[in-house]
Amino acid sequence: MRENLHRFFRAARGAGVHVSPAESIDAMRAVKQVGFSDRAILRDALLLTLAKSQDEKLALGDCFDLFFSQPEPRQDQPEASSEEASQDQDQSPSSDTASETGDGQSPTELGPLAQMLLSQDRNAIAAAIASASGAASLSDIRYSTQRGIFSSRILDAMGLQRLRDDLDGLTATNPSLAERLRAALDALRETVRDTVSQGLALYAREEAENLRNEILRNAPLARIERRQVAEMRALIRQIARRLRERYSKPRKRQRRGHLDVRRTLRRNAAWGGVPFLTAWKRKHRDRPRIVALCDVSGSVAQVSDFFLLLIHSLHEVVDDVRSFAFSSHLIEVSEILEKNSPEEAMAEIMSKVGFGSSDYGSSLVDFENEFMSALTPQTTVIVLGDARSNNLDPRADILRRISERSKRLVWLNPEGRLAWGFGDSEMPRYATFCSVVRQCATAQQLERAISDIVATYQ
Amino acid sequence: MADQKASTAIEAVESGLAAQGYIASRQIATAVYLAQQIEKPILVEGPAGVGKTELAKAIAAWRGKKMIRLQCYEGLDEAKALYEWKYAKQLLYTQILKDKLGEVLGGAQTLHAALGQLHDFGDVFFSKEFVEPRPLLQALEQPGGCVLLIDEIDKSDAEFESLLLEILSDFQVTIPELGTVSAITPPTVILTSNSERDLGDALKRRCLHLHIGFPEQRLEERIVESRVPGISQTLRRQMVGFIHEIRSLDLKKLPSVSETIDWARVLVLLQATELDTEIVKDTLNVLLKYEADIEAASPQVTTFIAKAARSNVFG
Repeated sequence: MRENLHRFFRAARGAGVHVSPAESIDAMRAVKQVGFSDRAILRDALLLTLAKSQDEKLALGDCFDLFFSQPEPRQDQPEASSEEASQDQDQSPSSDTASETGDGQSPTELGPLAQMLLSQDRNAIAAAIASASGAASLSDIRYSTQRGIFSSRILDAMGLQRLRDDLDGLTATNPSLAERLRAALDALRETVRDTVSQGLALYAREEAENLRNEILRNAPLARIERRQVAEMRALIRQIARRLRERYSKPRKRQRRGHLDVRRTLRRNAAWGGVPFLTAWKRKHRDRPRIVALCDVSGSVAQVSDFFLLLIHSLHEVVDDVRSFAFSSHLIEVSEILEKNSPEEAMAEIMSKVGFGSSDYGSSLVDFENEFMSALTPQTTVIVLGDARSNNLDPRADILRRISERSKRLVWLNPEGRLAWGFGDSEMPRYATFCSVVRQCATAQQLERAISDIVATYQ
Repeated sequence: MADQKASTAIEAVESGLAAQGYIASRQIATAVYLAQQIEKPILVEGPAGVGKTELAKAIAAWRGKKMIRLQCYEGLDEAKALYEWKYAKQLLYTQILKDKLGEVLGGAQTLHAALGQLHDFGDVFFSKEFVEPRPLLQALEQPGGCVLLIDEIDKSDAEFESLLLEILSDFQVTIPELGTVSAITPPTVILTSNSERDLGDALKRRCLHLHIGFPEQRLEERIVESRVPGISQTLRRQMVGFIHEIRSLDLKKLPSVSETIDWARVLVLLQATELDTEIVKDTLNVLLKYEADIEAASPQVTTFIAKAARSNVFG
């Protein structure tokens, strides 16, 4: 039974419910209290102990129903012996199963599996499949390509080899019985295939999801297909959330610094200087100030979605962010990003300044004329763009002034280093004034870049 | 068998809570049972007014234990939730004992010796005497155990959550000057949350997670039956059916169980025996709390009454 619960935990992880060892211990303690006989109560107990949100509850409920619709591995065997038991069956075919069903109508010289199939005892067959899937460790299945190998492993564990021998023997002596057996074998194959598919659905989801996320993480942002965009957004949001968790907590914790002796004494003057109330120095720290300039012109249209999404998540992580979007001219978009959901905000920004041909020079002029005062010596300026300015004047001098006024200037470029400086790319000219220049073409690079930026303020 | 015992025990919880006027679904009863058996707090989430706080009250009443309530809010801290030093009392005692202290220290020849003697008395002022217990510490010190309700934990700051962790996992609290205070009898802890902010994983992991949503029609009828005894069966069915129709609308604030009960009381007061358009329109403000919601629901009232009446015939 414990084995069974462990398999369920794996299945639960597959369904996206995070089951840590500690939680599984709780669940086992709970199950010990309520027992297995009442499925509804068991379901409640597992949902209460394992799931930590309503979404997880729904997923886990489905998982429970799927899991327990499967026949359980045989329970009458002592714990953890299912493997040995099935090996037993292989090595000594005339063991207990044979003596139970044998002797009767079916010829005794047949192997246990053949006898079972011929007797058409569904429960016995289901139990045998379940215990054989245990022996074949079906819960290790990860990819759909493994279906074949697991099917044959299960069939082998059930004694397919012996059955084949029986079939060969019977074709000569008793063709009609052989025919029946062959039909039964086909049915068995089908059932096993179903079991494996179910196993795949239960146990492989997690791996598949991890794999897909991993691929997405490293996929070039510009080459992502339409249907992947939603997943990518979810991934970026996940990254943003992780950043927020990592960087928002310590900021509060480390506020308290040394004892402020002067203020403590003054506060306690009434009690003759006995320090009942203490006063603490506040640690001075730079508040993160970020100014983001995001290129939304046609040449970066594919990635500007993600840039904007990223800036949107920056607004959530850092208090003091001002964002600007530009293609041929530049506008401030902080308010749009703060008031709307990412999708709405992106649509609005794109409709205002998006898709034009980029003119870095005039956008920088716009910035210098209107927003230069936004920069302080604490500001980190992030520029997201490919620095392709359609051979117009790049006005690198303005970028130099921006760089001089701010703490750091970070340029994230979706193009690879090889392309910089070729065609109308002004990257080398701009790069001289940047503190950091990074290629930023995949979600992973994006995450690292942002993580670095936020980390400097910790 | 243990299994048999468990299901009867869960039924016992159900009927015990029912005796206090709290009609629990099986899931709630299972949670209460498990919380006691494996000594874990219950984190109750769900929309406002479905009976999260009531659950704690019902458990306390059923078990005959004291209920200690800690209402969370932004800025709630250690001093208000756990314990505080009685500064004034400490100060007063130092003043009163000044002479005594002089005597004690008078025997010492050198400053060093005086300091040594002072050390022997040093901890006097940071002893139990001078601790003002707040709800959490009170709950731990309750001799017969109690029900500790930590209400609306999502309103508190993240730091406060971490403060709770020690209590929730080991039923103990560490006061730096005194050492660790462990619960004499572990209290039954109920935390409630309206999911205004996401709670930390560490907190969630220490609790059983119970979600109370809007109840099913049958269950809600039973709740009304137990809370508003004077109401006729027809009216009860109709009004609960009507509310279920209302909940299918896209409203700012859906009516929850507490509104159902209020409405039932109002209808009984008005001596209604059946729902009709007029009485519903007159009393809709009991159910819906926003002007916009009332406007949105008003045109549908007649249809909903008809639907509720029809389901009454079949159901």
